[in-house]
Amino acid sequence: MVEYNKNGTPVKKPLSLQINLEKFEKATDEEKRQQEVMSKSTTFFRDGMKKLFKNPLAVMSIIVLTLIIIVIVFAPMVVPYSYSEILSVNGKRDKGAKNLAPFVYSEMEQEYIANGGERFPHIFGTDEQARDYFIRVVYGTRISLVVGLFASIIVLIIGMLYGSISGYLGGKVDLIMMRIVDMIYSLPDMLIIILLSVVLNQIMSFKSGSALSKIGTNMISLFIVFGLLYWVGMARLIRGQILSIKENDYITAARTIGAKPGRIIKKHILPNCISVIIISTALQIPSAIFTESYLSFVGLGVQAPMPSLGSLANAAREGLQSYPYKLIFPAITICLIVLSLNLLGDGLRDAFDPKLKR
Amino acid sequence: MSEYLLEVEHLKQYFNVRGGFFKTVQLKAVDDVSFNIRPGETLGLVGESGCGKTTVGRSILRLYEPTGGTVKFEGVEITDKNIGSLRKEMQMVFQDPYSSLNPRMTVEDIIGEPLDVHKLYSNRKERREKILNLMSLVGLNAEHATRYAHEFSGGQRQRIGIARALAVNPKFIVCDEPVSALDVSIQAQVINMFEDLRKELGVAYLFIAHDLLVVRHISDRIAVMYLGHIVETAESDELMTSPIHPYTRSLLSAVPIPDPETARKKNRIILEGDVPSPLNMPTGCPFRTRCAYATEKCAEKCPELTDRGGGHMCACWNK
Repeated sequence: MVEYNKNGTPVKKPLSLQINLEKFEKATDEEKRQQEVMSKSTTFFRDGMKKLFKNPLAVMSIIVLTLIIIVIVFAPMVVPYSYSEILSVNGKRDKGAKNLAPFVYSEMEQEYIANGGERFPHIFGTDEQARDYFIRVVYGTRISLVVGLFASIIVLIIGMLYGSISGYLGGKVDLIMMRIVDMIYSLPDMLIIILLSVVLNQIMSFKSGSALSKIGTNMISLFIVFGLLYWVGMARLIRGQILSIKENDYITAARTIGAKPGRIIKKHILPNCISVIIISTALQIPSAIFTESYLSFVGLGVQAPMPSLGSLANAAREGLQSYPYKLIFPAITICLIVLSLNLLGDGLRDAFDPKLKR
Repeated sequence: MSEYLLEVEHLKQYFNVRGGFFKTVQLKAVDDVSFNIRPGETLGLVGESGCGKTTVGRSILRLYEPTGGTVKFEGVEITDKNIGSLRKEMQMVFQDPYSSLNPRMTVEDIIGEPLDVHKLYSNRKERREKILNLMSLVGLNAEHATRYAHEFSGGQRQRIGIARALAVNPKFIVCDEPVSALDVSIQAQVINMFEDLRKELGVAYLFIAHDLLVVRHISDRIAVMYLGHIVETAESDELMTSPIHPYTRSLLSAVPIPDPETARKKNRIILEGDVPSPLNMPTGCPFRTRCAYATEKCAEKCPELTDRGGGHMCACWNK
């Protein structure tokens, strides 16, 4: 017979192998509640973001990029000069303001300040045509970032459409579409860019003062070249992803339900390769910036007086011995942007797609 | 209107396989398969791995374009044109509960997808209500609705898959080994749920499995497949107690018995050799290469399914 003590717990018999229940305490309500810890439902995206923010390099690059973007957005509002403005004091051209070092005023400006006037400092000095160099670098960064972003978006859209159609349909369609990709892959891009900008210069004429004419035909041909040539890598990548995702049962399930191919691609396939898409787009931006920079460097980029980081670096080449800082500023900016975008892309990849980690 | 819900006649499903450079070989995954399913009936389809069970299920749902034969649903032949509307009547539950649910969708969206595709609701509230009804039907809590598939166990995932199949109120569901990825205790739960759903909703199942005891438990009739052919069909108890075809007999003798005493006495029929490759099928009866009773006649002509009394059909030349 089991005996109970006054607490209602069974008393252990001396020779019994049972656990002595008297040695146990009943859990309080609060302790019981502590057991019911359920982790919060996290989405794939939130989970990836959490991982991303634990990566110090990625966080650093996000900070650097944010700072650069804040500067290029707000600097033109603060700095009273424009990128094409030749410096003048009281309406008179300041001929002494050429090739000034950072934070140095020309003679005319010093005189003006001595007379009680206020003059905004030339943070990066001035260039050989007496234009404020800081604002030119800011505008150059703007152009480079915009080019990088737009080119990547063009590449993303074309590559995504092409790759997903090719991968989803498969078979003969895939075969033909991929051979076209191979053909485009083999074209020399430099040659095409040069030829296109020559041809486009001939056939395109913009109203002066319109946004397009400011960008210049070289820039437009650059976009066109990106649209024509650079999407192939993205298309291949997405096709490969889709080929592997397509084999999953949930795609078959969606077909059984009666979902149309468009819906299947949009709702089932693309969300499952979105990580790869984000990562490769993030890595595409620096490569586009680089392309723009070297094209501007060889003189095929933006049209004067619009600056870009590449054309600024090119212009600085002439006076390299006397004014090395004119090369250093745009070069450092390119480095910072490209490096932080690359690190951010790596961080995104590690956070969203650990399988791709080398 | 015919007596049967689903009539499969001479269904053939061949696949082209690269046999070498510039050479394609036909793989006869399903070769001349015929069977019928009545409304509310469960037909079990058994056979060893690679014999074409899954292919039969998928060809019926037109996930593959059948090479030959017809499938009639409620007396109407299924074609590419009317399959769109028939998707509301026929659904499928998949084998692998891990890959059959989209990892980027919440349970609510997974179950709601058939409703979205067929526009079976008039407003968000109705959609939500229908989804919650389906979830309670398969034994999921309402709070699970906003969670993702990876947060569930195998059994719960399979319930989600079943709720998705039920969302359109189908009359017929192909269950493609729905329990083989689950452990035994969960298998029992899921199978009992299938039975309850049949009683409640009157759906018919084509229940594909390789576990004979599971199939016997749930099916009214059982069809045995070997290498793309149906070799025997009968009422499930009839097939279990008095199998005719030598393949069925050896298959049944392989069922483990949880009693060592009887198991020792039992006469195991062990088959010689391997299953022939479906790329290179034997002539005549597909089973003759492993059959103890094979004669010359078996090599010449493939036997048809013939009635051996009481609806027990068997495809064998031996009487």
